[in-house]
Amino acid sequence: MENDIILSLEHIMKIYLNGTVANEDVSFSLRRGEVHALLGENGAGKSTLMKILYGIENPTEGKIILKGRETTIKNSKEAISMGIGMVHQHFMLVPSLTAAENIVLGAVPKKWGIFIDKRTAVKEAEEIASTYHFNINVNEKVKNLSVGLKQKVEILKALYRGAEILIMDEPTAVLTPQETDELFVQLEKLKENGHTIIFISHKLDEIKQICDRATIMRRGRSMGTYEVSKISVEEMSRLMVGSELHTELKKSDDALGEVKVRVRDLQACDPLGVHKIQGIGFDVKGGEILGIAGVEGNGQAEVVEILTGLYKNYTGQVEISGQDTAPLSVKQIRKLRLSHIPEDRMQSGCAPSLSILDNLFSNQYDGSEYSGKYMLNRERMESRAEELREEYLIKCESCRQNVGMLSGGNIQKVIAARELSTEPVIIVANQPTRGVDIGASQFIRKRLIDYRNKGAAVILVSADLSELLSLSDRIAVMYKGKITGMFSETEGLKEEVIGQYMLGILHQKEAGGVES
Amino acid sequence: MINTKNFTVFRRVFSVFIALLCSFVIIFLVSEEPVFAIVQLVTGPLRSVRNMSNVIETMIPLIFTGTGVCIMFSANQMNLACEGSFHLGGLVAAMCAIMLGLPPFISPVIAVAAAGICGAFYTSIPAVLKIKTGATELVSSLMLNYISLWLATYLMMRFIRDPGVGAASLPIPDSAALHALISGTRIHIGVIVAIGAAVLGELFLYRTKAGYEIRLVGENEAFARYSGINVVKVIFLSQLIGGLIAGIGGGIEILGPIYSRFSWTSLLGYGWDAVIICTLVKKKPLYTIPAALFLAYLRTGASIMARTTDVTLEIVQITQGIIIMLAVAEKFLEGYRMKLVEKEAKDNLKKGEVL
Repeated sequence: MENDIILSLEHIMKIYLNGTVANEDVSFSLRRGEVHALLGENGAGKSTLMKILYGIENPTEGKIILKGRETTIKNSKEAISMGIGMVHQHFMLVPSLTAAENIVLGAVPKKWGIFIDKRTAVKEAEEIASTYHFNINVNEKVKNLSVGLKQKVEILKALYRGAEILIMDEPTAVLTPQETDELFVQLEKLKENGHTIIFISHKLDEIKQICDRATIMRRGRSMGTYEVSKISVEEMSRLMVGSELHTELKKSDDALGEVKVRVRDLQACDPLGVHKIQGIGFDVKGGEILGIAGVEGNGQAEVVEILTGLYKNYTGQVEISGQDTAPLSVKQIRKLRLSHIPEDRMQSGCAPSLSILDNLFSNQYDGSEYSGKYMLNRERMESRAEELREEYLIKCESCRQNVGMLSGGNIQKVIAARELSTEPVIIVANQPTRGVDIGASQFIRKRLIDYRNKGAAVILVSADLSELLSLSDRIAVMYKGKITGMFSETEGLKEEVIGQYMLGILHQKEAGGVES
Repeated sequence: MINTKNFTVFRRVFSVFIALLCSFVIIFLVSEEPVFAIVQLVTGPLRSVRNMSNVIETMIPLIFTGTGVCIMFSANQMNLACEGSFHLGGLVAAMCAIMLGLPPFISPVIAVAAAGICGAFYTSIPAVLKIKTGATELVSSLMLNYISLWLATYLMMRFIRDPGVGAASLPIPDSAALHALISGTRIHIGVIVAIGAAVLGELFLYRTKAGYEIRLVGENEAFARYSGINVVKVIFLSQLIGGLIAGIGGGIEILGPIYSRFSWTSLLGYGWDAVIICTLVKKKPLYTIPAALFLAYLRTGASIMARTTDVTLEIVQITQGIIIMLAVAEKFLEGYRMKLVEKEAKDNLKKGEVL
């Protein structure tokens, strides 16, 4: 039974309507009962391949062979009926319903054919949770669950609908190290129960830890399938990136400058009156990077919005370059030479239907360099856009192309080019490398370090702990709107330790204040 | 050669072609003499100087409202009050011309300026209501159009009614009237002003700071706010300018040689037509000129056909309706586009160009 192939994809090609070739020629096969890693940079085509398997996208060319028979999968409903389940990176759950209701959603047990049978739903949800040893209260509303538990609900939902093959799209991206360990124990159990798991990731150590085989993808092609035990991390990385990437990020040891960002006793509620920030204070000096860690939703986003002037409903003191920001507009704060790389590049970082050119100047079009009193200087904008395109390695046909036509990594480069080309003194970067390929990530990280070395104050919010550890001079951990840990030395600091602060297991007494 | 770059233009032209084809089919179904009717529709406007003049006359108000709507819609505001701005613009220009008794040259300039200001005021109402109260501009502007009709009728009856005729104003004095530029036609100075407005509108949207701000706000408001743009101010300004152009259009229309008095007792529909034009040209003011010319040609052709055959004028409405439906149908011809995309992508792969 060991070599029993349950599924194989042959010569898959996928071209999107915007002309992107996401999969050029990909083949891979899955043995029953294995954990199979799909490994590659962002933009390598992993997600597209899985969308094809789950019926969300149709392949342009190629064959899907499931249990020895060639099939087409037209939509996700068909995929589910064939025993394929997917655990999305961004959970597809209804927050106001209970865990049990979410688990049975789409295959709800009914009474007399029309009424929802809640009791059976709860019973069945509990049964399936106990079968797989998932420790979860199914009567709790999903919105009250932690990220780790939400993911369990998502897995149970797939299992409830009879998934034999489980696709997990970067399941550890949102988890703390402790939650990741727990997930791996669960995956082992699923494997024992005969389930086959496709594990999408670009974290090599995790793949070493949990996976049996790995298919490595690069630029829409498969670079081969390997037994994980027989391939080194270095070799995997080389296949994934193409060349060994060892850009050493050099930090200079110059003396710190003066305080550029000063926050005292900050408190804020969201528009619904929920306390998001409960009394925090910190300083950031010129020439240092302050990393902010935390599970998403613990107040980091609010801190960024307040610093950049987008959210005004707060109490306490926020000073940028010595000026109180309370009365200042976003534009006035930006005039203090603050740059902001936003968390969600599509929502607020760009206008997809405008050209690259138009997107490159939204923060500086009204400066004397690019405009007079009323008119824009298009010629100067165009020549500057060409310079930025070369400097930031933006891959496009021309700067007149719409930003929406570019890949995620290239859109992020456009945003970085815009925000980092204005010689900023303060940089607020929120998840600057999320969903960006390794090359572009390294590029953006190097830029942040460069500015730090030039004396800028940088605030870096990131879910990627290794990124935080390698870039930051100091790290603050946020939990429930407070700074629960402040580490002024990142050398030797372990991800696990930060993880415990992120979960609220540990906290420093004086972290919320400012160390002298 | 059709490729992925000119595909959008191709789809627009193809939509127009299909719409015309549908109209021809309908003509064949309803008419006793379908071939003659179609010939009238297609070649009628070219057959005499007067007919050609009719095309140009009809084009003028369409360019004004089309440009106004392009600017208003660029800020992503579905404000339809252009119709009311045009209507009130006409009334205000007529009132100024009749009541102020200004000398030639000054009189039309003042009248048209007043019309523009009034139009700007009118389209800014839905914007203010939206900013202050959150009322959807689509609904409030639609309702305002009815108000503009009856307000204009009331003001006309109250202040400038000619007791000798029914529901019409006193004649517009010669000192304010815009005369025909070419004898034997009714083409007036408005054609130059209209083309100027479209060109300036294009420059405004794509070459000025304010225009850039409007486009940013229109394409992604959150992005504009994040960039530090005062979104409220930009929305207000865009609606003001759109209404200004529509109001000027109304003023010029009433002072032109087509009308001798203010006698609009129903909405003329140029605001609606402007939405059609704006959709066709994808909010590019410069292209309103050919789009307005096309629409004007179609209308003139249809009215000639209606006069000379048994097919009614309303056939144009069907043609317009189909054009708009196909123009806004994003997925129309998508299969064909996908094929083009695949072919080009595969060619690029062969050449080894990977973007």
